[in-house]
Amino acid sequence: MRYFAAGLIGAIFGLGIIASGMANPAKVLNFFDIAGSFDPSLAFVMAGALTVAIPGYAFIFRKVKKPVYTPTYNVPTNRKIDIRLVVGSSIFGIGWGIGGFCPGASIPALGLVHESSLVFVVALVVGIVLAQLIQKSGIIEQIAKKGSRLLLSRPSENIQDRA
Amino acid sequence: MNRFLVAYLTKVEYMKVRTQEVQAFSYPFGVETLTEFTPLTSYAGGMLIGLSAVLLMLFWGRIAGMTGILAGIIPPLGSDLRWKASFLAGAILAPLLFQLTIRDIDYQIPISTEALIIGGIITGIGVTFGSGCTSGHGICGLARFSRRSAVAVTCFMSFAFLTVFIIRHIL
Repeated sequence: MRYFAAGLIGAIFGLGIIASGMANPAKVLNFFDIAGSFDPSLAFVMAGALTVAIPGYAFIFRKVKKPVYTPTYNVPTNRKIDIRLVVGSSIFGIGWGIGGFCPGASIPALGLVHESSLVFVVALVVGIVLAQLIQKSGIIEQIAKKGSRLLLSRPSENIQDRA
Repeated sequence: MNRFLVAYLTKVEYMKVRTQEVQAFSYPFGVETLTEFTPLTSYAGGMLIGLSAVLLMLFWGRIAGMTGILAGIIPPLGSDLRWKASFLAGAILAPLLFQLTIRDIDYQIPISTEALIIGGIITGIGVTFGSGCTSGHGICGLARFSRRSAVAVTCFMSFAFLTVFIIRHIL
């Protein structure tokens, strides 16, 4: 029953996505093309979602002690605004501007049975796996360490040169 | 004779208009595709997405972020596999049934397959490092007034506008 509920909630999500036009890359790209064939519809999607989600969440967190199927609310507790969040989100923006699909729209788009959405989702999964491998390998931390070491060591070398 | 001339000239004019229509602006790896402004259905669709986010919190106590849900069915698998797989199945089956029974959904791809693949890979990398996408940060995060999500949304929205502007108007 609980998994059926999860499926039903997913179904509402999927129907919302296709009704809103998010699953139509032409529409998404036109939303971002203010200087060209601009279509402002997608601003209404965000507005619609927030008009339900803001009061909905506020009510749940205040009045409902615990979720129906789990003991506690499992919401992100990380409050740090770090470079990973900023760079990652910016990279996502570039990808969204190129492909016209965000992950949440590409999955319901699979149900519309067009080859192109499957192509996108496979590429998306490749990207996710690639990023997970990079995260696990710790390459970025190493580069950051080396970079900061270089940055820190240069001025002192210059000072030595001058001396 | 005069009538033929008029008919001929109208045909020439008509052909001119036609060719202008056909020669839509083309961009590097894409063509301009006009879409209809649909404020009402988009707003209603948005409300359904919001409702789904609220229900998932009420029943499962979780954020309806597609990045996290999709990552949940990619190995390494966690304990969340089942509800995440059910959610994804619902999200795919509902549009399928809707299209089979009610009507076709508008779907236009104005870009080349190469662009779609490159966009997909970049999107996957970005959402993993940014730990969220439009649904997770844009809807659930903003609805909880999370500052992290506000920063993320500002970043991806501005870079999406910038990317489309560069591709369509500068390159």
